[in-house]
Amino acid sequence: MSVRHLLSAADLSRDEATAILDDADRFRQALLGREVKKLPTLRGRTVITMFYENSTRTRVSFEVAGKWMSADVINVSASGSSVAKGESLRDTALTLRAAGADALIIRHPASGSAQLLAEWTAEERGGPSLGAGAQRLGGGPCVINAGDGTHEHPTQALLDALTVRQRLGDIEGRRVVIVGDVLHSRVARSNVALLNTLGAEVVLVAPPTLLPVGVADWGAATVSHELDAELPGADAVMMLRVQAERMNGAFFPSEREYSIRYGLSDRRQAQLADHAVVLHPGPMLRGMEIGFSVPDSSQSAVLQQVSNGVHVRMAVLFHLLVGMGEAVNV
Amino acid sequence: MVTTDRELMSAADVGRTVSRMAHQIIEKTALDDGGSGTDSPRVVLLGIPTRGVTLARRLTAKIEEFSGVTVAFGGLDITLYRDDLDFKPPRALEETSIPAGGIDGALVILVDDVLYTGRSVRSALDALRDIGRPTAVQLAVLVDRGHRELPLRADYVGKNVPTSRAENVKVRLAEDDGVEGIWIAPYGGPARP
Repeated sequence: MSVRHLLSAADLSRDEATAILDDADRFRQALLGREVKKLPTLRGRTVITMFYENSTRTRVSFEVAGKWMSADVINVSASGSSVAKGESLRDTALTLRAAGADALIIRHPASGSAQLLAEWTAEERGGPSLGAGAQRLGGGPCVINAGDGTHEHPTQALLDALTVRQRLGDIEGRRVVIVGDVLHSRVARSNVALLNTLGAEVVLVAPPTLLPVGVADWGAATVSHELDAELPGADAVMMLRVQAERMNGAFFPSEREYSIRYGLSDRRQAQLADHAVVLHPGPMLRGMEIGFSVPDSSQSAVLQQVSNGVHVRMAVLFHLLVGMGEAVNV
Repeated sequence: MVTTDRELMSAADVGRTVSRMAHQIIEKTALDDGGSGTDSPRVVLLGIPTRGVTLARRLTAKIEEFSGVTVAFGGLDITLYRDDLDFKPPRALEETSIPAGGIDGALVILVDDVLYTGRSVRSALDALRDIGRPTAVQLAVLVDRGHRELPLRADYVGKNVPTSRAENVKVRLAEDDGVEGIWIAPYGGPARP
């Protein structure tokens, strides 16, 4: 990968993204049917996850991905660390760099935090860092954005793309409809960027209050307010959770009204083409944005997304952490 | 093909050599021993991508042609087990396909095109160890060019070729490359990095 960090899905070229997806499939193959799910690939590498927001899927799959590749994975969460005592993100990051991190995986409520982290840790400050690969390269640890505020969540976009590719055979020219709280969704932003790179057609469906200002000018997606009009032509539908925790105003009259107009109910699912696939990045609120039985139907790929998440994150760690020493003559 | 390349084996030579190796495998593993299947081991041919898989596929077909016995065949990508991962940029992973039934209790024959330093074979042995426990592992290579860096040898060798480290052995197979034959180029490092 030409990039040293994975901060935004938009940083990936088509070839790079395709290479990660291909390798994710290979990781699945390599581990298929194995009793011992352990590869020696990242032996001696230290991966630290920094989660300043709650997470199940992303944190677990990064940890599993690292451990299956024999990296040492350490989890730092805001509540159990010095963050609770008032340490700043910058100081925590520099501490973890000095403690020997080869990769920092960050989730944080502030948009842009991953970018800042990469800048702060790029240079040595006040003492050497112990990260072997990072040290040899003379730079800081690789930073992987695992969700920063309402900005980006690139590995989610990669695993969504992989799921679509596995279900439909390809991505190019496919019509992907993203429905729900686009305004607060980093998943939507990363997906729009990556799906565009991979040649898909993206439609955003949301009430006007839940769309970012100027979304029509992105040029990357068409916008609609009518879910029923978009479902029949969709190859993939991605439902987004309404992020109540990020809302400080009244974005819609009531949950019930939102659900009726923008929820993928069991009844509405019938409008989908037979081949269409239903995705949800999780966590799902059944009965709100998605019908109670929709995630359990054969059209749903929700759990396939989770297992793909592990393989995609293995591929990302592989691309970022392998060959860190290549810049040095050996 | 650059004109300075010296031809080591023609397409016909490669075909004959693969046939001979298939006969040797049948003989050494007692594959056609009465056909009862009680004494003969379960043989699994595992190719190391890319050309090793092609060779393993050809050997499987030849073994079936000569002995009537169908051996299991698959591919084993060793990229994740290489010992030079720290020093080279990540390379694309290749397909791994372990035949149904796995490798537990089987006689695994690793197949590669060129045996050089032996490091690929070591990586393959490490990978096998994670996948199962074969009763024995053997090695079949089309070309042994010497310069081993590890204490390994092949059980079946198509051709032993004395080379200098500065030379480059190029195995080209029709399925992978569109041309067939083996050449030595007076430049470059190993046949494939």
